[in-house]
Amino acid sequence: MTALSLKNVNKSFGDVHVLKDINLDVDEGEFVVFVGPSGCGKSTLLRVIAGLEDATSGEIRIGGDVVNLTPPSKRGIAMVFQSYALYPHLNVRGNMTLALKQEGQSKSVIEERVQKASRMLNLEPYLERYPSELSGGQRQRVAIGRAIVREPELFLFDEPLSNLDAALRMNTRIEIAALHKQLGASMIYVTHDQTEAMTLADKIVVLRDGRVEQFGSPMELYNNPANQFVAGFLGSPSMNFFPAGLVSEGDDRTMGVRPEDLFIAEDGLLSARVSHVEKLGGDTNVIARLNDHQITARLFGQHSVEEGEELRLSFNPQSAYHFDQQGARLY
Amino acid sequence: MNKARSNPLNTAMMHGALIVYTLIALFPVFVILINSFKERRSIFREPLALPNSESFSTIGYETVMQQGDFFLYFQNSMIVTVASLFFVLLFGAMAAYALSEYRFKGNMLMGLYLALGIMIPIRIGTVAILEMMVATGLVNTLWALILVYTAQGLPLAVFILSEFMRQVSDDLKNAGRIDGLSEYTIFFRLVLPLVRPAMATVAVFNMIPIWNDLWFPLILAPAEETKTLTLGSQVFIGQFVTDWNAVLSALSMAILPVLVLYVIFSRQLIRGITSGAVK
Ligand SMILES: Nc1ncnc2c1ncn2[C@@H]1O[C@H](COP(=O)(O)OP(=O)(O)OP(=O)(O)O)[C@@H](O)[C@H]1O
Ligand SMILES: [Mg+2]
Repeated sequence: MTALSLKNVNKSFGDVHVLKDINLDVDEGEFVVFVGPSGCGKSTLLRVIAGLEDATSGEIRIGGDVVNLTPPSKRGIAMVFQSYALYPHLNVRGNMTLALKQEGQSKSVIEERVQKASRMLNLEPYLERYPSELSGGQRQRVAIGRAIVREPELFLFDEPLSNLDAALRMNTRIEIAALHKQLGASMIYVTHDQTEAMTLADKIVVLRDGRVEQFGSPMELYNNPANQFVAGFLGSPSMNFFPAGLVSEGDDRTMGVRPEDLFIAEDGLLSARVSHVEKLGGDTNVIARLNDHQITARLFGQHSVEEGEELRLSFNPQSAYHFDQQGARLY
Repeated sequence: MNKARSNPLNTAMMHGALIVYTLIALFPVFVILINSFKERRSIFREPLALPNSESFSTIGYETVMQQGDFFLYFQNSMIVTVASLFFVLLFGAMAAYALSEYRFKGNMLMGLYLALGIMIPIRIGTVAILEMMVATGLVNTLWALILVYTAQGLPLAVFILSEFMRQVSDDLKNAGRIDGLSEYTIFFRLVLPLVRPAMATVAVFNMIPIWNDLWFPLILAPAEETKTLTLGSQVFIGQFVTDWNAVLSALSMAILPVLVLYVIFSRQLIRGITSGAVK
């Protein structure tokens, strides 16, 4: 069964057309990640799904029911916000129980669910504290706890980890993945972060300018991007693009090669001048100029490449992608 | 702590300036207070001298207590001020929330229309207001004053509060909506507590002009039983003779409640002024 299904959803703010004909089906229990550049409409799409904004046109189904006219609290969803959005006047317990009280759940049910959620998230010692007395990571867990106690069919996360530091972000990411397995509910997750998208997602939706560019599993998108935008968006460092003419005379297409597919070779086709070297220990990223184009090669292991050096790079023709002038994938 | 603040010379100068300012601000109040306890002749002979055994007199207070129903005036002023503030804050906050939170046709125009009152003094409409009050039979009731002061305070209240409400996190309100709170609960339980400093600012700005107003009590509610303190005190100021003892005593007593209200609001007010800077 589909947990969420969007049909030709459009959203305009006045004259600004933000979401354009979005079609999407999320299966039950799936973890779907929305990625895309800033301002492409990820948050807006999430808010339309939540019912915080009305779709201008189109149909939204959650668990099979059309919910276009259903208020957010009755859609069977829960949302975790980037800014946590905890109620400042309620303690952790109050924050977690408010929605259940509104639903009119019995005391014992409320108590049981709070117990369960706070155990899952290690929040038991903090139940009586107020949000202002918690660290960022704890607040984030409370925000997630507030969503869990409602036992929704669909979780919505809007960049939940972007306010956390790197180490905490990784831990929380792993916790969210574990939660997803444990709860088995469908989740929609908005992020800027490549790693979050690749590691958490069953399916990734790449959005650009309010349109779905591609929808599929992380590896599908990585190995088989539909166009130059998706190819460049996924993967870090991102894919190198240069005119195919540099390799074969008279070719006016664009060629794309992932940094990890480039290697140093005496008789390499590409001759580039090294402008910067990043030595990461396990990897070495070589940033070089190829005529007017910047290309990045990700070399495994440690290499003694110096700035200013002239380097010949090569790649396996099978690993190259080809795009036409409009950025559509050719093969 | 920053450098400027920890430098002792700077600190001394800053405190010096503040103390001088405080003295200047308190001086008139002080003069009123000491002279209210002196007999008439000493008030004029040595206005700055403290009352001593010779010049001490409570004749002013006695006159005030005897003449007219001072406590009733006092009560009237209090009712009018507090009720007006309450309505200004309540309706001002509600209008501000509607303007800042909901997108509807004419939102901008409505905001401008409501803010227009800041520039147009309500006294221009005195005649029309009086006619209206006569027609509705509200003349010589406290309601007449409360309604007028509420109208007078609303424009600035809406203007200031809507600015502050725009800053309240959308996520918080949306979290409330997802949790099933009604728009009223979101407004009263989530938004209002967060703009409390701004509400205190509005309250203080409105409180003093209302408390001190003579114009509207004189025109709309001059009856004995609806006189406000300011209007009641006027009996001591005659065209030819003024009972200064009584005037000063009445003024001294009129300061008190404003002071109390101010202390209540000031904690919030200070937070309001510094809320942008700190944090
Ligand atoms: N209330 C609104 N009124 C008018 N335009 C809006 C409104 N909300 C969003 N937009 C516009 O819609 C577009 C998409 O915004 P949205 O917040 O969905 O982007 P996003 O993909 O979430 O970006 P980010 O990654 O920076 O969070 C933006 O161009 C924004 O200016
Ligand atoms: Mg966003």
